[in-house]
Amino acid sequence: MIFLKLILTNLQRHRIRTFISTAGIAFSVAAMLTVVTILQGAVGMFSGILSSDSQIIVFERNVSDLFFSNVPAAVAAEIERLPMVAHADPVLFGIVSSSDHPIITCFGVTAADARIRKATWVAGNRMDFALHPDDVVLGARAADFLGATLGSHVPIGHGVFHVIGILKTRNGFEDGGVFMPIDAAQSFFHKDGSSVVTIKLRNKDDAAAFKNMIAQKYPNLIGLEDAEFSRSYSQFKILKATAWAVGGCGLLLGGLGVANTMIMSVFTRIREIAILRVNGFSNAQIAGMIFGESALVSILGAFAGLALGTGALFALKLIPALDGYVDVSIRPVVMLVVILLALLTGVAGALYPALYAMRVRAVEALRFE
Amino acid sequence: MTAPITPINVNDRLVLRAEDVWKSYDEGAITVLKGVSFEAAAGHTIALCGPSGCGKSTLLHLFGGLDEPDRGRVSVNGFEVNRKRDLLRLLRHEVGFVFQLHNLIPDLTLEENCLIPAVAAGTDRRDAQERLHQLAERTGLSHRLGHRIQKLSGGERQRTALCRALMNKPKILLADEPTGSLDEQTSAIVFELLLDLAATEGVTLLMATHDRSLAERCDRILEMHDGRIHEPKER
Repeated sequence: MIFLKLILTNLQRHRIRTFISTAGIAFSVAAMLTVVTILQGAVGMFSGILSSDSQIIVFERNVSDLFFSNVPAAVAAEIERLPMVAHADPVLFGIVSSSDHPIITCFGVTAADARIRKATWVAGNRMDFALHPDDVVLGARAADFLGATLGSHVPIGHGVFHVIGILKTRNGFEDGGVFMPIDAAQSFFHKDGSSVVTIKLRNKDDAAAFKNMIAQKYPNLIGLEDAEFSRSYSQFKILKATAWAVGGCGLLLGGLGVANTMIMSVFTRIREIAILRVNGFSNAQIAGMIFGESALVSILGAFAGLALGTGALFALKLIPALDGYVDVSIRPVVMLVVILLALLTGVAGALYPALYAMRVRAVEALRFE
Repeated sequence: MTAPITPINVNDRLVLRAEDVWKSYDEGAITVLKGVSFEAAAGHTIALCGPSGCGKSTLLHLFGGLDEPDRGRVSVNGFEVNRKRDLLRLLRHEVGFVFQLHNLIPDLTLEENCLIPAVAAGTDRRDAQERLHQLAERTGLSHRLGHRIQKLSGGERQRTALCRALMNKPKILLADEPTGSLDEQTSAIVFELLLDLAATEGVTLLMATHDRSLAERCDRILEMHDGRIHEPKER
């Protein structure tokens, strides 16, 4: 109890310093949480596009980005005919631009694609999709920012397209995207195949056999189950690593703040440390006191940061332009990692101060007035 | 009034021993102790007198393990003090310190300050509380246990420091000018208490003091001059 009071006393004694240090950790944690959650949400959304009513994705082996992948149309057709396949949907990804929007995701899909079949059509009729090559269907947000309505013509890239439908999906990429018939997309992007083929098997247990078959029959292609793809796709890895790196830098800054606070804390209580030492406190007890203090600051900061970060994510979600792109559902594992990292940062920040405190020579420290 | 000298009897158990102890500071520029040797038996009260800077505090610090001699041996109750592994045991169980300035932690209460040595030694909480109440009663501080140090008078603070020093039932009490910052009347009260507690607890008291009248009331007086100890044959 007294040990805890010695920790709390010092934090109370320098309230402003404690507050600044806690705020430093809180802002770092909030930044990390926000960046990681947004990027993981984006990754989740992109995965969601691929896994829409499918279990396996087939794409070109060793491509760093799916936009560069090419699965020949003939191969997609062969896969579709396999007995174990319920349906195989070729999807062609492309990036187009309009006058005000430099990046619009374009999906070249067939009329049978789940994205067309299962989406909520705000306007138009799904039966009209892919009847004419210059017809497009817009996501609701894309229609909004392109100022398009049903029947209007919109300039996209080097062409002008006729809007035959507007659909609403919960996925930000799809909601802000343009859906073209795959033939039209192949012509538009000068490709003869698709970026991926998303597969739904008749029997889920055939997944391994299906992947082996793809590997043997089409050495240039690879088939991955959705979860495998999310784990191994290099772009996702880069995004996740970037998120943690950016967040980690923020936390490092917070840790430096804690280190500064703890150094000041030790310097201002040298006499007190000497008193404790004269009264039998061991190095471990002295260090425990310093680490306890920094751990408390870090935990307080981490929880404040979690609250702040969650608030920031909700605020971002309210911004119309980001609607669908920000996923506010914070994964428990992210929360746990963020709290642990904050704690670790705090403890690391207290390393030097604790070492300094352990080296305090009581006989000299007691001479301080 | 002069007290009789209490000689060390061959049957007395020696608890303090310094053998040819040398100590200097500033890389040898200032030599404070120049071959100090002396012994003290259990239960004795010893006054260490001498002018400022003669090495009284340094000697106390050496016995308390707060500093190390350059040369010579210092042992307390059989422990050689320079051995670092015995240092914690020495500070937790063998010696208690009382300083001129009370050296209490101002943000803690009297009770919490006194319990610090017990926390350090990992003493059972109930035993520590019992010991605290016993000492507080002896020193007349029972009614002040929950008070913060800032609210206490100088005498009360020094009595608190005395309680804290005796908390873990040490065998030796090292007191460095324990009444030096107190007025004459308070000083007399605190010193009386110091002698009384030392006697009843069976503690050996080694006290550095400038106050001749206080020194006269101890069993032995050691005079320190120029880094050496001289013990008068008679008082």
